[in-house]
Amino acid sequence: MRSFPPEIVMEAVANGLLTGAVYGLVALGLTLVYGVLHIINFAHGALLTLAMYAAWVAWAAFGLDPYVAILPLVPIFFALGYGVQRLVIGPASGGNDQNILLVTLGLSIVLENAMLAIFRSDTLSVQVDYAMEVIEAGPMLLSFPRVVGFGVAFVVAAVLFVLLRMTDTGRAIRAVAKERTGAALVGIDVGHVYAVTFGIGTACLAVAACLLLPSFYVNPRVGNAFVLVAFTIVVLGGMGSVPGALLGGLAIGVVESLSGLYLGDSLGQLGIFVIFILVLLFKPTGLFGAKA
Amino acid sequence: MTAKDVWPILLFGAVAALLPVFVTAGTLMNFAIFTLILCLAAQGWNILGGFGGQYSFGHAAFFGTGAYVTAVLQVRYGVNPYVTFLAGIALAALVGWLIGFLSFRSGLRGSYFALVTLAFAEVFRVLSNAVEFTGGAAGLLIPLDQRAANFQFESRGWFYLVVLALVVLALLMTRALERSRLGAQLVAVRENEEAARAVGVDALRVKLSAITLSAAMTGAAGGLYAQYFLYLDSTIAYGAWISVEALLAPIIGGAGTVFGPVIGAVILHTLAEATRMMVGRIPGIDLVIYGILLILVVRFPPRHFASFLWRQFRSYDPDLQIVFILRIRRRRSAQRERR
Repeated sequence: MRSFPPEIVMEAVANGLLTGAVYGLVALGLTLVYGVLHIINFAHGALLTLAMYAAWVAWAAFGLDPYVAILPLVPIFFALGYGVQRLVIGPASGGNDQNILLVTLGLSIVLENAMLAIFRSDTLSVQVDYAMEVIEAGPMLLSFPRVVGFGVAFVVAAVLFVLLRMTDTGRAIRAVAKERTGAALVGIDVGHVYAVTFGIGTACLAVAACLLLPSFYVNPRVGNAFVLVAFTIVVLGGMGSVPGALLGGLAIGVVESLSGLYLGDSLGQLGIFVIFILVLLFKPTGLFGAKA
Repeated sequence: MTAKDVWPILLFGAVAALLPVFVTAGTLMNFAIFTLILCLAAQGWNILGGFGGQYSFGHAAFFGTGAYVTAVLQVRYGVNPYVTFLAGIALAALVGWLIGFLSFRSGLRGSYFALVTLAFAEVFRVLSNAVEFTGGAAGLLIPLDQRAANFQFESRGWFYLVVLALVVLALLMTRALERSRLGAQLVAVRENEEAARAVGVDALRVKLSAITLSAAMTGAAGGLYAQYFLYLDSTIAYGAWISVEALLAPIIGGAGTVFGPVIGAVILHTLAEATRMMVGRIPGIDLVIYGILLILVVRFPPRHFASFLWRQFRSYDPDLQIVFILRIRRRRSAQRERR
């Protein structure tokens, strides 16, 4: 194994933390949907890709800065998620674990390949003048879009936390997550809460997409890279836990960055998968909570 | 197994074997061979997923292992392709047993089993892309040498017959499994694992047998793929596409039935081919249709429809039928009178 001077390792850790926060944001949506609906949403990655294309179109067609595009895209994606749960996943699943798996898989196949048919497999990116800017923090140089992403990810997590704790909707969501039948008995519309939760999860993706776009590229398969990462984070942080998703995201970001540094880019992805498999094999109940 | 179990499979084989007599067009033979290879991969998935109820999202791990072992051993070490093909099946079975041992021992089921198989397939993909002896990112080319002794045939018809023979063998094996003690235990585990264990079924052993056989079949499909297309890279061998194909065909055609994967694979690929003819070669459009079909099949299970028809047939009541016939007669004679 090669050895690196401490500044380089420190910079890798810092960059890992910055990327990890956005990973955490992607995982946030996944963990919320799992915690409340108890479904593993395979379409999460494809929905992220869709959000990234939406942000790209907003920039290419309307000249919207990706950070500004957050404002229109969040309600649009909330509505989309709400509709998908109400009209596609809910009716098709019938509460059966394997059916949900298949429906969300089908959804991801449709979305991913529809984007492939529309945008082809070319890699697209936005050109903004701050994309290459760096911020000096002591001996380290940090990329400006990543620092922004880090900050916004925490703001979104805080907003979500407040939403879940303080508002009536949040209370309803937590009630349904804990005890579905009981919640229905006291008059909570479970179907509506499910759809709202799915909508919030999708809205998180819209924010993550806008944060990623200035420093990242988009192609029809880009979401795939994030799916397993997001699942890993969710497993690490505990299924259904909001702070867990964020912390798990930071940890995975650092792992990815360091294994990329030491093992090279192509083998670097391996670290995440190995963690994922190990956690699933040896600590599935503890980290997942209830079993399927 | 009785004669009644065997003859539909042999009939299917005999009818399908006639295809090269009527069809000589290269593209159509390509299509037929590719579809048959996918039938084999799908039948592998069906044994574990359809009969055993363990939904794998990572059958690419077995397909790729079969394909890479078949290719690497002959290209790098000059081993006879028939031997490497068998070695590929054996190693794929071993990989299946290993993944099964690790995940079933840990009690992974449902979504978690699906996730862990997906992750294993990705690990294989990344590794095969990074190491030297698989050809890395550039891929691996099997040199063209069209001799039957070399498992390459001058006419596509021969290769088609070889693949068909293996598909028929897989169908017979699946039928034998279905009728065997192991098959009954497997279905019991699928329907209710706790209950099966309560009556003395060794669930771990049953699931391990299923995943090993399943991996061997899908590995054989991988080996055939390598031998027919003579090129491999990590995305072909271990890519998500084959995991999805192997899963879609049985689900669409009827998971846990012997002919389901064949019917599913034929439906899917005919549909994909027809779409391509209608709208041209837009990338991804065939998979959009696959995905929609998958959602529809889950939403409106064909089995429900079939069982609805079956119930109508079963609830056939002669008395009621006579009342019905009399009523129709009366109506007809009334019409006649009016005329």
